[in-house]
Amino acid sequence: MDEEIRKVLAEHARLPVDVSEMSDRADLYQAGMTSHASVSVMLALEDAFDIEFPERMLRKSTFESIAAIRGALTELTSSGEKSG
Amino acid sequence: MRNERGGTSGLVSRAARIGEEVAAAVADDVDRRARFPVESLDAMRAEGLLSILVPASLGGKGAGILETAKVVAALGQHCASTAMICAMHQIQVACLVRHGHNDHLRAFKEDLVTRQPLLASATTEVGVGGDVRTSVCALERENGRFRLEKQAPVISYGEQADGVLATARRTTNSPPNDQALVLCTPPNLSLKRVSDWDTLGFRGTCSPGFVLEASGDEACVLDDPFDEIASHTMVPVAHVLWSAVWLGIASAAVERASAFVRAEARKKPGTTPPAALRLAEVSALHQQMVELVFGTARHYDEVSQDPETLEGMGFAIAVNGLKVSASTMVVEVVGRAMAVCGMAGYREDSPYSMGRLIRDAYGAALMVNNDRIIANNAQMLLVHKDA
Repeated sequence: MDEEIRKVLAEHARLPVDVSEMSDRADLYQAGMTSHASVSVMLALEDAFDIEFPERMLRKSTFESIAAIRGALTELTSSGEKSG
Repeated sequence: MRNERGGTSGLVSRAARIGEEVAAAVADDVDRRARFPVESLDAMRAEGLLSILVPASLGGKGAGILETAKVVAALGQHCASTAMICAMHQIQVACLVRHGHNDHLRAFKEDLVTRQPLLASATTEVGVGGDVRTSVCALERENGRFRLEKQAPVISYGEQADGVLATARRTTNSPPNDQALVLCTPPNLSLKRVSDWDTLGFRGTCSPGFVLEASGDEACVLDDPFDEIASHTMVPVAHVLWSAVWLGIASAAVERASAFVRAEARKKPGTTPPAALRLAEVSALHQQMVELVFGTARHYDEVSQDPETLEGMGFAIAVNGLKVSASTMVVEVVGRAMAVCGMAGYREDSPYSMGRLIRDAYGAALMVNNDRIIANNAQMLLVHKDA
């Protein structure tokens, strides 16, 4: 899962740093991810993992680090909250 | 049209009185000469209106955003520039009140009550294309102090302000979106004017470009990061209070149209003047605007302590929708009100003249361009779920 998340971030987060060198807990926004870029990341994650982020997850904290994204995806894929 | 007063609030009555007795008397001169409405500001200071958002525990009035919006709309009925200056100042105070927690900023909030300083804003910057969520300039920090130089294409009433809240990258190593908001005050603030302000409307806001240079204690940097300040406070409060200014303009237009139709009706009692129908139409549109602006203000007051809601996309989309709708409606209302008055509204030398109101109204969609805001909403709607 982490590899896929990092791939999405590398393609869509438009970070000025190399995603592969970032730690799980590093703050993506402080690393330069704008709110515009974060929407692209959300869409790409929804496509890559075949899920839909419910409204309650559409906030900054859900996407603030690789660990946070993994937590949200784990919750969605295990609870069966999949898109139809 | 007295809907804006919405009750007997002391603050709103005071603002309405300043509007009628002070701002109205100088509004045309302020507009013609593009000069700062110093008389209105003096009157607002005398009534303590510059600190109404400061909590009562610090000596202020602890007003909410709904009440503040009514204050702004009451002023806007008489002089849109006065109202816009008031609105922009209150936006800065709201940011300080909600996001400036340290002792230095707390002392400044008490200062707001006793000295009534006027605060301006330097968020846009040369080179960022109007995107206030990115900065080129950065806070240079050393030994507990900061230094900042910013190329600001616009600082409204910069030359008349007693302080400026400026955005900048948090440190010289921060990316463009990692911003902080810093309070810059004299004597450690210098503004070098680099352009003029000669516009169609809002001429009294005196908003040329400046090179801002400031330094000070690091405690002048607001404690919360700017993205939180923006989503929790600056953007929603700005959109509500700007919309309240535009509502004031719309109310003035409907009031003039209404006075025109009443005068027509008195000439021929028993016959409803043809323009009365058009007045009824524009009055209904104005009513929508009243409900939209004050309804959103009321909603903000209800959720202002709830970070979950404030950070949600639904709230951001609604607050952006307010700005786009109110700025569009004001042009529609003023235009239709002019049609009610006919040539009397088109003339510059009649009591029903709509000239200044129309020129002010057209600024609404341009200050933070509606296209940018609609594009932001368009992007959020790609992932946002419940309509």
